[in-house]
Amino acid sequence: MDMIPILRVGDALLVSIQVDMHDRLAVQLQDDLTARIVSSGARGVLIDISALEIVDSFIGRMLANIAAMSSVLDAHTVVVGMRPAVAITLVELGLELNGVSTALNVDRGLELLNRQLQAHESLHDPADASS
Amino acid sequence: MTTSLPDIIEQNEMSILKEWLQYQKSATRSAHGAISDTQLQHESGQFLTLLKGALAGAQPTSLDEGPGSSLRDLLGDLSRSRALQGFTPSETAAFVLSLKRPLFDRVSAASGKDAAQLADHVWRITDLLDRLALHTSEVFQKSREEIIQRQQQEMLELSTPVIQLWDGVLAVPLIGTLDSARTQVVMESLLTSIVDTGATIAIIDITGVPTVDTLVAQHLLKTVAAARLMGADCIISGIRPQIAQTIVHLGVNLGDVITKATLSGALQVALNRRGLKVVRPAAG
Repeated sequence: MDMIPILRVGDALLVSIQVDMHDRLAVQLQDDLTARIVSSGARGVLIDISALEIVDSFIGRMLANIAAMSSVLDAHTVVVGMRPAVAITLVELGLELNGVSTALNVDRGLELLNRQLQAHESLHDPADASS
Repeated sequence: MTTSLPDIIEQNEMSILKEWLQYQKSATRSAHGAISDTQLQHESGQFLTLLKGALAGAQPTSLDEGPGSSLRDLLGDLSRSRALQGFTPSETAAFVLSLKRPLFDRVSAASGKDAAQLADHVWRITDLLDRLALHTSEVFQKSREEIIQRQQQEMLELSTPVIQLWDGVLAVPLIGTLDSARTQVVMESLLTSIVDTGATIAIIDITGVPTVDTLVAQHLLKTVAAARLMGADCIISGIRPQIAQTIVHLGVNLGDVITKATLSGALQVALNRRGLKVVRPAAG
């Protein structure tokens, strides 16, 4: 059976979706990812969808769900590498993925994640912010 | 004694041609000079020869095969080129229809008192020429539609350029009304440019958009949302006082999109975001 690999990159987890998503795969990904966030204590999740050519409302909702789940576990989600056609389709479907950060590619996504984490930390750690 | 139609044309070819050309010239006075006399003469001669061949063939003359089809093709090319040159439909159809008069004259002269032959010949000529004239109008209209379509396409492309203002900063100056077809084009070209240049900020300038109603605003917001999904923030600039008022009166919610009155204001914001500063070099 297909499986979507979850790689650790620094403080973040990188999920690269390379195959067509279907229900069972999505549910499995949600299981695996939440388990990995807890076990590794990762602070960020990068979802790379640069290989995704077709999206539907199901995948849009799945991305939003993953982001929501990660944020409950205190990890920021950044969706990276979306293709123009995919972006247009999602907007036309009314799935604007509000609440999910986005970046052009993995590089930019990591940058964004680090910036967000720093801002987050300085917010929650007054001693660090004053120094 | 009966004389066949092709024979009548054969015997009077030169005089028919001469009269026909005169009728044509008087019918197409408005566009006079667009087609040279020699070209007209050449085309008319060619047409007459083909017509003779078509009339000699099986009856009724088919326009889909044999000599009739080459006649139709010649006429198709002719009407197409005339449509492009700006002739009116009646002027284009007059090319064929003005041939009736000289032909009828010759037929009537050749038939003498033979009424049956006269009626038969006149009917055959009318039938064929009318069908050809209809074909001209059809081709004419089709060519005009092609022109309109091409112009629409060109306008669409012309009116949606994406400009790189700075490293990582794109600008889309919108000119004209924003409908859903244009929004699609704007979105596509903007998103493609974001991928190509790796831009993180896109400025949508609506100085050239005459009115902003709820529909236009929705289209703008769609574009902004799509750009955001690609990891680029959007700034809407060029909002005229009038438009600011309309937006508020209509209750349009532009959400948390940054809006600026001028393009320069938007560029300033974009440069700040990228941590850049424009300074005047110290005098000296």
